[in-house]
Amino acid sequence: MDLTFSPEEEAFRQEVRAFIAEKMPEEIKGRTRRDFETKEDFLAWHKVLYKQGWVAPLWPKEYGGTGWNVTQRFIFNEECANAETPQVLPFGVAMCGPVIYTYGNEAQKKKFLPRILSGEDWWCQGYSEPGSGSDLASVKTRAVLNGDHYIVNGQKTWTTLAQYADWIFCLVRTNTDVKQQEGISFLLIDMKTPGITVKPIILMDGAHEVNEVFFDDVKVPVENRIGEENKGWTYAKFLLVHERSGIAGVARSKKAIDRLREIAAAETVDGEPLVKTDEFSRKLAQLQIDLTALEFTELRTLAQEAKGKHAGPESSILKIKGTEIQQRITELTVEAIGYYGYPYDRAFGDNEFPVGPDYALGQSGHYFNMRKASIYGGSNEIQRNIIAKAVLGL
Amino acid sequence: MDFSFTEEQTLLRNSVSKYLADKYDFETFKKISRSEAGWSKDNWKQFAELGLMAAPLPEEFGGLGGGPLDTMIVMEEFGRALVVEPFAQTVVVGGGFVKHGGTNAQKEEWLGKIAGGETAMAFAFAEAQGRYNFADLTTTAKKQGAGYVLNGAKAVVLGAPWADTLIVTARTAGGQRDAKGVSVFLVDKGAKGVTCRDYPTVDGLRASEITFENVEVPADALIGTADDGLKLIEQVTDEAIAAHCAEACGAMKSLLDTTVEYSKTRKQFGVPIGKFQVLQHRMVDMFINYEQSSSMALMVTLKLDESETERKKAASAAKVQIGKAGRFVGQNAVQVHGGMGMTDELNVGHYFKRLTMLDALYGNVDHHLKRYAQLS
Repeated sequence: MDLTFSPEEEAFRQEVRAFIAEKMPEEIKGRTRRDFETKEDFLAWHKVLYKQGWVAPLWPKEYGGTGWNVTQRFIFNEECANAETPQVLPFGVAMCGPVIYTYGNEAQKKKFLPRILSGEDWWCQGYSEPGSGSDLASVKTRAVLNGDHYIVNGQKTWTTLAQYADWIFCLVRTNTDVKQQEGISFLLIDMKTPGITVKPIILMDGAHEVNEVFFDDVKVPVENRIGEENKGWTYAKFLLVHERSGIAGVARSKKAIDRLREIAAAETVDGEPLVKTDEFSRKLAQLQIDLTALEFTELRTLAQEAKGKHAGPESSILKIKGTEIQQRITELTVEAIGYYGYPYDRAFGDNEFPVGPDYALGQSGHYFNMRKASIYGGSNEIQRNIIAKAVLGL
Repeated sequence: MDFSFTEEQTLLRNSVSKYLADKYDFETFKKISRSEAGWSKDNWKQFAELGLMAAPLPEEFGGLGGGPLDTMIVMEEFGRALVVEPFAQTVVVGGGFVKHGGTNAQKEEWLGKIAGGETAMAFAFAEAQGRYNFADLTTTAKKQGAGYVLNGAKAVVLGAPWADTLIVTARTAGGQRDAKGVSVFLVDKGAKGVTCRDYPTVDGLRASEITFENVEVPADALIGTADDGLKLIEQVTDEAIAAHCAEACGAMKSLLDTTVEYSKTRKQFGVPIGKFQVLQHRMVDMFINYEQSSSMALMVTLKLDESETERKKAASAAKVQIGKAGRFVGQNAVQVHGGMGMTDELNVGHYFKRLTMLDALYGNVDHHLKRYAQLS
């Protein structure tokens, strides 16, 4: 057993670090999703990585991947987190792309993959429906075959950043007479098709990041179906379990704890830094300990994957603990800023000086917003069900 | 022992809850909170007409002679409806300072106005560096002739945009954090040298950053004894803590009811999600948290007149319980609602936000745990 990285891996780390230092635009450093206003903002870092050929480390080389092994990918993610680069949106690169190169036909690969890499096509995910959240296999959006196309009717919801999307990948029902899981197909739908309406959902922090997407007699060419009809559930499941490493967000959480520590050093209690008080320093220590446990759990998963063993359902631990820690960080940040948790950040215009210290701005909103983390991507209750069933055999 | 309410108290609860059911549903809350003013003056007048402001104030000064239990009833109902109007700031804090610290003339002048809904007040105590220590003050009041001159800045003054009168804490003697040398003043918000920067808060209220630049106030602006204001501040804010604990209980009760109801109707995997044991136990824990909080809100309300130490312990104990419970109930109400709980459209997030901010108000869990430990 050995905790250190090899000299080659260390050299790779230096290469990545140097690249980021040179190429990351200063003005996007440390920006979180909520600081992005336009499509261009979101894509700025994506385009830098694309130019370097590093936008999709996970993809096989033949489709435009980097050919890195699992350790290199881990190092790359860690360096990006340390440098606080923006994150590449997952919907095209991490979700739809892998489905297309794994199950799509040659024409689909040729048409879609290069445009995902370049950022030319913005993808969104059409999974959840008002009646199908945790119970995803119950999707009702209907697709009826009519000659060389499907007619799609129904509604998707919680569709992240659909307001910018060019394409949506959708789970649709193509057979109602069989077991739920056996009547689902996987369709790629052009968002410009007549009959599609996108309606914003405003979250409790005031953010517009999710939407409802309505389909009203939307014509989708059959050639936009992935794989076989009624086999969509298989592809959807592949996507859900695909590449779980990184899901824990350890490196990003480390950085976030550093930020929290800085805030707690600036805040004072009776003239002393908050970070020095017994109560707060212990909470920070506990958080750090929890994160260390998660880090080593992730490294164990990683070591397994490096040997070619795919991470099993145990990796639900990474999602559960990862999101719990992310949420705890935001919770403690709100505690740290005291009364300056009150101001509503979105009320201050671009040219207006917000009130309170800079670091406090938007922290309450971030805390409220991050409650989504234990709900999305399979709620933490569902993740526990997975472990109960698939790991413990209950 | 008897925990039953008097007939008057029951009537008070019925009239508040009926008014709010008719005039203050969730959509109205959003409309009021997002209006330009951010509150409804009309509601304020109506509250006064219903006798809500008068209820806890002494009879000889225009009140109805009730006490903390009346405040508790009103605040609990206000919490259920997410009421934004500054009842606690005006009646509990403003009324409290005048009642406990004011001269007869000040009581004559202010309590009737408060009871009649003719004034709205805000409590300017917090400072950027001071956190939850009321004595950590850089705002000063210097004697000038018979009156005082105020200089300094106050942070996050809740309800200030609506207020005509500010209750301001300032240092009249001693060092920045000395217990001695703190004084309390009633300041006309329109006075020369008072500058406010108003903004909305995350939980649908309004607040201001306020600076005082050579603000001259007369001798009778001082409430209580000069240099000796800290005891009075602690007494009044312990009463305000009791009131806000009741408000938090109202919000928790609404969240609990909404969540249980939702879990009975929302179906996944062919059954209502309320049938899943993991969610049942979660909601049972929400229920226990709420019940324990109700007990503590009642406890502190009944102990406000006991010895200083007992009162402080009661307030801190209640604040700790309610801070923790508010977080648990709020977070889990969102979780059980799933994505819907995250939306601005549902009331769930709004209660959660209010409960989150109530934890910070007058000291969070850590602060009061420490205060309680030091008193024990």
